This record gives sequence, C-alpha cells and structure tokens, in this order.
Amino acid sequence: MSGHATFEPKNPALKWFESRLPLVGLIHSSFVAYPTPRNLNYWWTFGGILSLMLACQIVSGVVLVMHYTPHVTLAFDSVEHIMRDVSYGWLIRYIHSNGASMFFIAVYIHMFRGLYYGSYKAPREVLWILGCIIYLLMMATAFMGYVLPWGQMSFWGATVITNLFSAFPVVGPTIVEWLWGGFAVDNPTLNRFFSLHYLLPFMIAGVVVLHIWALHVVGQNNPTGVDPKTPKDTVAFTPYATIKDSLGMVVFLIFFAWFLFYIPNYLGHADNYIPANPLVTPAHIVPEWYYLPFYAMLRAIPSKLGGVLTMFSAIIVLFFVPWLDTSKVRSGVYRPLFKQFFWIWVAVCIGLGWLGSKPAEGGYIVAGRILTFWYFAHFLIILPLLGLFEKPKAVPASITEAVLGKKGSAPASVGAQAPQTKG
Amino acid sequence: MGVRGKETLVASTGTAETTRRDFLYIATGAMGAVGAAAMVWPFISQLQPDASVLAMSSTEVDLGQIQEGQIVTVKWRGKPVFVWNRTAKDIEEARAVQLGQLLDPVARNANLPADAPATDANRAAKDQEKWLVVIGICTHLGCVPIGHMGEYDGWFCPCHGSEYDSAGRVRRGPAPENLAIPPYHFVSDTKISIG
Repeated sequence: MSGHATFEPKNPALKWFESRLPLVGLIHSSFVAYPTPRNLNYWWTFGGILSLMLACQIVSGVVLVMHYTPHVTLAFDSVEHIMRDVSYGWLIRYIHSNGASMFFIAVYIHMFRGLYYGSYKAPREVLWILGCIIYLLMMATAFMGYVLPWGQMSFWGATVITNLFSAFPVVGPTIVEWLWGGFAVDNPTLNRFFSLHYLLPFMIAGVVVLHIWALHVVGQNNPTGVDPKTPKDTVAFTPYATIKDSLGMVVFLIFFAWFLFYIPNYLGHADNYIPANPLVTPAHIVPEWYYLPFYAMLRAIPSKLGGVLTMFSAIIVLFFVPWLDTSKVRSGVYRPLFKQFFWIWVAVCIGLGWLGSKPAEGGYIVAGRILTFWYFAHFLIILPLLGLFEKPKAVPASITEAVLGKKGSAPASVGAQAPQTKG
Repeated sequence: MGVRGKETLVASTGTAETTRRDFLYIATGAMGAVGAAAMVWPFISQLQPDASVLAMSSTEVDLGQIQEGQIVTVKWRGKPVFVWNRTAKDIEEARAVQLGQLLDPVARNANLPADAPATDANRAAKDQEKWLVVIGICTHLGCVPIGHMGEYDGWFCPCHGSEYDSAGRVRRGPAPENLAIPPYHFVSDTKISIG
C-alpha cells in the first residue's frame, strides 16, 4: 500500500503526466506492487474471474443491444434474428446467456470462500457488505435480463417475481401496478426492464470499484486468517497474483467454453423458445438455477407474505454475518466444529436448490421446511454459539510459519525478497 | 513454495542468455494473443450487414407502369434508384454530347467493364435506350438529386448544386463522378431486376 513511492517514471512525458494525474502510479500500487499474502490458494482467484465475467457480460450485452428491439411485438423475433441473421449473433447471445450462469457460479464460490475463511470479519465488514450489495444487484440484473427475450419463461418469470410484492398488505397491489406500468406485465414493463438491465451492470461496476478499494484499504484475507506481519508474509501482486489469477481465469473460461459450445441451452428452459403468451402459463415454471434455493424457501412457507419475507431475509441475513459470527478466530481452517457446520450449510444450500427445481408437493415441501430452518439456524443460532463454545486449534504466529513451519523462515526470506528480474 | 524458491535461484543468476522460461513466456503470450484475436473477431464481424439485410439485395421493377418522360424512384438496398423512361429528345441530347465535354468520361456502369467510356449507349439499358437506371445518390456527399431540373435536363442536387445530364452524367461539380448504374438485367420486356 506504500506502492505510490515505488513508482518513479523515467520517461519525461510520463513524468509530466504522472505529476498531474498519478494514474499509472495508482495502477502500479494497486495491481503491481500491491502486497498479497503469499499463501493465497486458488479459491482467491475468483475475484479476478468475477471482474472478467462482468466485463464479458457488459461487452456482449452492449453488442446484443445493437440488434435487439425492446417491444412486445418485436422482442422475440429480434432475438431469433440475432440467432439466425446477425454475423456470430448466436455466439454473442450464448456468451451473454451462459455468461450470466458462469457469473453466478463464480460469485457463489467467491461467497462460500469468504464464509469459510472468515473474510467478513473485522476489519472487512464494509468489504463484505459491498459484496452483498453487488450480489443483490446481480440478481436484479439477471432477472430483468431474462425477461428481455419475451418468451414464455420470460413473461411468466416476470409475472411471478413482480407478484411477490403483492404479498405486502394494503400497498401490495399498488406497488405491483407501479412496477408493471399497467394492469399486467406488458410493453411498459419490458421497456423499463430493458432500461434498467442496461443501467444496473454499470452500477455493479461502480460498487466493484468500492469493493476493490475497500479490499485494498484493509488488505486481503488469506487461508490462515492471520494478517501479514512482515514483508516475508507477502509477495508482490505482479507477477505472483497476476499469473495465478490468469491461470484461474483460463481454466474457468475452458469450463465456460464447454457450456458455450457444447450445451448452450442446458441451463435454460425450452419453454423460453415459445413467444410470450399472456393467456397461457407453462405447466412447469421454475426460475433460473441461481435463484432456486430462494424459490424453495418461498414455497416452503405456507403463507404468501411469510414466504416472501423468508426469501428476502435469506439474503438480508448475509449482511449481518460479520456480527453474527462471534468467534475470535477468523479462518475456518482452525475451527474444527465450524468447519463441519460450514459444509452442512453448503449441502443445505445445494439441497434447497435441488428442491427449488422440484414440484411443490408432499415430501419436497417438508424437506424444504427443514432445510430452510437449517439455513437460518446456521446464521442465527449456530454461528453465534460456536464462537462461545468451540475450542479452536492453535493459530500460527504468521503466514510464513503456516507455510514453511517454524524452522523454515530462513529460506522464506530469500523468496519474499526475490528481485523481479524476469518477466 | 518449493517452486517459488527454485524460481528465485533462476532469477538471481541474472544470465542474459535465453532460458526455457523465456521461451515459455513468449509461447504463452503468443497463444494468449491468438486466442484474444479470435475472440475479438466475432465482435467486429457482428457489425457487418446481417443475413436479413443481404437477403433484400435485389428489387424488381415493372417498367410497364412508367410513362414516357417519367422518372420513378424505387428502393434498392435502402438506396433510391431512378428509373427514367426517356423521351426521344432526352436521348438525342445525351447522344450529342462529346466525351471531351464530360467531367467524368467513365461509364460507371456496373454491368460493363470498369473502363467503358461514358457514351449514352453505355449509360442506357442495353438494346433499350429509352431506359436509364441510375442510383439516385449524388456522387459528391450522398444527397438525392431532383429530377427534370438544372441546365442539362437531368438532375440537380439541392445540397451543393451538382448537375447531371439526361444520361445521368455529371456536368457541373462539385460531384466528381457520374451517377452510378447498379447491376440489373431484364427479366422480361417490361420488367427489370436490380441487384
């Protein structure tokens, strides 16, 4: 974070510019000289992967808008026009639709990583909350984007989700008409969703800047949860993190490409290739996979308002995790009980997702109720109590000690001060 | 961590000769550049006219409905095309012009070789001289000229005053070229297909 001092341009033109706007110095201190813990594992590459996915979605989205028409009579055909007529339109649309799923896969891994290693704990509460805001914005953006092709799932997804607000007493129906701009989902709804779908990604980008800023103020967490204490505990962002992130991105893009080129419609619904019909609802309507756990909660609660509130609470509770977890030990690595409960909770989330894709009947509803209860109990009961009763394992004195053992500090000093003569 | 220690040793030797590592850096970078370029291409290509635009690339015109002396404007690929049923007087005037009098002595006829001279025969429809088919876009800056106007009984461009004669040849600047003749052919005696 003292990177500014280390960047001294030799080029006179750059020197002139730098003394007026220290842009290159900012980039240098943030992405070159920035010290990162030396023990970051591959779970830490998902921040970079998410930045890549945001850029990918914005670029492909801007291009799609060049060929898309936001009108109820033309939207569906314009999407087919993109698929059939536009040069490489099929590729760009599949990048965008599968990219949304990849974005959520990456964000869920990123969130699970933060929860496992205690990345939300002091002093990273604001960093965590900004991340939760990004997640909320992502969900809103993805929902509105799914409406734009104006197929059957678009239309009925929009109808169901906007109708969630009708659960609120007294003002509910008024809010819903206000959201629709009419008495049903129709052209005004499509137009405003299109406008907001274009706006929100740039708001996400803005919050991402705050997220990275907050990250660079408090520094990255690491698998031990122990803050870097000496220069030995860190390595320069470039080349170490840059190359590691790049490899993570390449592997992730291979995974993405597999969906893109081999199973581009696997994560979608065939019904969305039927033009929207306001008079007929498809027989089996489910949201996109990334909403399924919340959808399961909505259906588990036998009350309209209760279901809606439960669903929203499931996200709101994440904002309070920094204060619900009372343990002094940051990383789950040194918390034997927490570790087990964490994986149970991951299984609960996946189980809720699976239940969300099943019809709302019989045993599925009972299971949904149990898992919904466990989801909240994890945050509201288990996390606060674990901090009081759990006996954590011994935490290493430093990152270097965790990596090399107590005897290994001598060779480590060579590694940490490695001159970057190559690359 | 062992790898990092090894790398340190390699780096600190500071030799100037080419190492395996240099080769790997360049090979990886080159592969990355090829991949990035391959990914950029679809995003450039998507801006080209798409299949639905290309599908509208020909237009048929029924000549039977065009009276003598009348100029009809039809749309071909989004552009105006003038189809003129010329009178004997119009043809006579156009024939009388010597090539040396023209600003642009080339026919600009897509159905003829690129160097064909701008005679009236090379400008008019083959074997049916009364028909003149030209793209109605001034060769200066793209405005649509007005028919039956100007000193040369052809077209007058309202934007910058270019004038064309009754064979669509530019006779007064600033336009540099004759009105272009699109590719077309007779489908029947009274019907042409442009494009």
